[in-house]
Amino acid sequence: MRPIAISHYSVVNALGRGTMSTLEALRSSHSGLSPCDFMDAEIDTYIGRVDGLEEEQVVARLKEFDCRNNRLAMLGLAADGFESAVASARARYGAHRIGVIIGTSTSGILETELAYRQRDASGRLPPHFNYRTTHENYSVTDFVRRYLRLQGCAFTISTACSSSAKVFASASRMIESGLCDAVVVGGVDSLCMTTLYGFSSLEIVATTPCRPADAERSGISIGEAAGFALLERAETCDNAPCLLGYGESSDAYHMSSPHPEGAGARLAMLRALQRSGVDPAQIDYINLHGTATRANDRAEDIAVSSLFGSETPCSSTKGWTGHTLGAAGITETAIVCLCLREGLLPASLNTVTVDPCFRMHVLLENRNQPVRRAMSNSFGFGGNNVSLILGYPAA
Amino acid sequence: MIVYLKGVAATGPGFPNWDRLSGHFSSGTRLDPDFMPGPKGDILPGVEKRRASITVKLAVDVAQGALQQSGMKAEDLAIVFASSNGDTHTIHHICDALATPERIVSPMRFHNSVHNAPVGYWSIASGSMQPSSSLCALSNTFAAGLVEAATQCLAEEVPVLLAVFDTPFPDPLYQLTPGHLPFGVAMVLDADPSGSLAAMTMAIDNDALLLPTQMDDPALESLRRDSSASRSLPLLAALAAPAARQVVLEYADDLRLRVSVNRRPS
Repeated sequence: MRPIAISHYSVVNALGRGTMSTLEALRSSHSGLSPCDFMDAEIDTYIGRVDGLEEEQVVARLKEFDCRNNRLAMLGLAADGFESAVASARARYGAHRIGVIIGTSTSGILETELAYRQRDASGRLPPHFNYRTTHENYSVTDFVRRYLRLQGCAFTISTACSSSAKVFASASRMIESGLCDAVVVGGVDSLCMTTLYGFSSLEIVATTPCRPADAERSGISIGEAAGFALLERAETCDNAPCLLGYGESSDAYHMSSPHPEGAGARLAMLRALQRSGVDPAQIDYINLHGTATRANDRAEDIAVSSLFGSETPCSSTKGWTGHTLGAAGITETAIVCLCLREGLLPASLNTVTVDPCFRMHVLLENRNQPVRRAMSNSFGFGGNNVSLILGYPAA
Repeated sequence: MIVYLKGVAATGPGFPNWDRLSGHFSSGTRLDPDFMPGPKGDILPGVEKRRASITVKLAVDVAQGALQQSGMKAEDLAIVFASSNGDTHTIHHICDALATPERIVSPMRFHNSVHNAPVGYWSIASGSMQPSSSLCALSNTFAAGLVEAATQCLAEEVPVLLAVFDTPFPDPLYQLTPGHLPFGVAMVLDADPSGSLAAMTMAIDNDALLLPTQMDDPALESLRRDSSASRSLPLLAALAAPAARQVVLEYADDLRLRVSVNRRPS
């Protein structure tokens, strides 16, 4: 495929607001995870909570969209000069030529959870609750589009933890088919009771900070995050990191367990390699999905090592941010863009002893070395797999 | 963009299948005012079939209907599922459980709550490892799904199975999100014209003055406005009409999706 430039990007997560906070935390091996103190959730775990969301408000002109998820989205749009980068693209292309595709798994479901607690004697929801502008899965896309004053094609992708990786594939096709000149892609997922209690019921929430690929790993740490990227044709942007290829697949195996041999994950990575025309040996770093559950990491190891052997450096950065679910794809794509720019290979934070059964090369220390091309994996419930290849096309 | 229709299926209030609806459009046979879809989920394995929600069954039934008409193999088709609210009953049950002091969420209910649960069940039941997506765009979900399926079909030269479906919320969410009578529509789109039922030429215009196509029949017009899936009715009517026809669908505020339908001689 023709490379698509990631001309601007932004992140907000437990490490702070903006890419600088994330980069500094990566360099100093400082995790954003802390003991769960989210509202009245009584779960013995660590979470990656974004500080200060409770005090934020969305802009007055969009106040009907106010909810934790859209507040987080707004912080992401305000970070890293993203909003002004989009304004300049809008002046260049026209508002109706810029699409918006946002990934989320639970959108603003927290509002519905709280509204259900406040039902009156006849079971009615409280009058302040607005389902469409908060919880409805399109709410976050609608909010982003209005906030940025864009008028192009728009939809939400909701494929659980691969949501905001899939947005890159869809946006790439939109640009390729001429329906858009640029696309704002992103992912936003915020803490809620559904995911905290839901993942607990599946018994895959760790009581310690998550330890991806570790022999002693015991599950995920749930995080929240927002991230955005402005995608344009590569020939219009010099020196920007590019999406070189994407691969998508389905496990066709189980709703919440990965294929035991990682067949779907392998297929997604293979398709990304084929679409980008890049050989496995040309990939300098793999940002793993690496959730730190027993089954996910094992399946990903089999899939990765079958294609890349034991040489290619790999790590999961979920020890820093937590598993930000529908925002994981954009969060880790942004991290990979930082690694490309800085020549940084991040370690798998919190990983002490790599599972002795694993063949892939898991980094236990940060490394500084040139990174020309890297892969980012995102896999979700329903067996939904996406692999992205990022890099500089001329390199 | 030109894509070719290889298969189509639909069910909704008044018609159990595409034959019944297309017969109504082409020769005026009456719809059944008392009929409400009761999807069976036949493609699902026994246990799943017993447990599956109406949303999942509706989605896989129309997907299977369109696939069968196309004569293609499930494992060859990329999959785009779209629904404005996803699995409405599962969302209600989870929020209900989380409002109790115990907050006990069943693991299965939790994994069924993801928006892509229906497409996950489809890929598992059909054995397809092809890319699968799950998307939404409020009342424009059908148009957004159709555009996503068409761009994927053309950009990647892969046939695509599109299914769009909506089911009503139970109370109390129903009070805030009324309508959404069970309605499902599915299409198999291909870049290759051979053996196709119709050619669909699509374009997106930035023109708020371009009026969306409505249904002449007041009852069908009322149904069209009921959900995002039922917004497909004007296109379905065009697919049943003998002469070439253009329909206009709303897509993201001022954008309009124009679809020109040319039926192929059968």
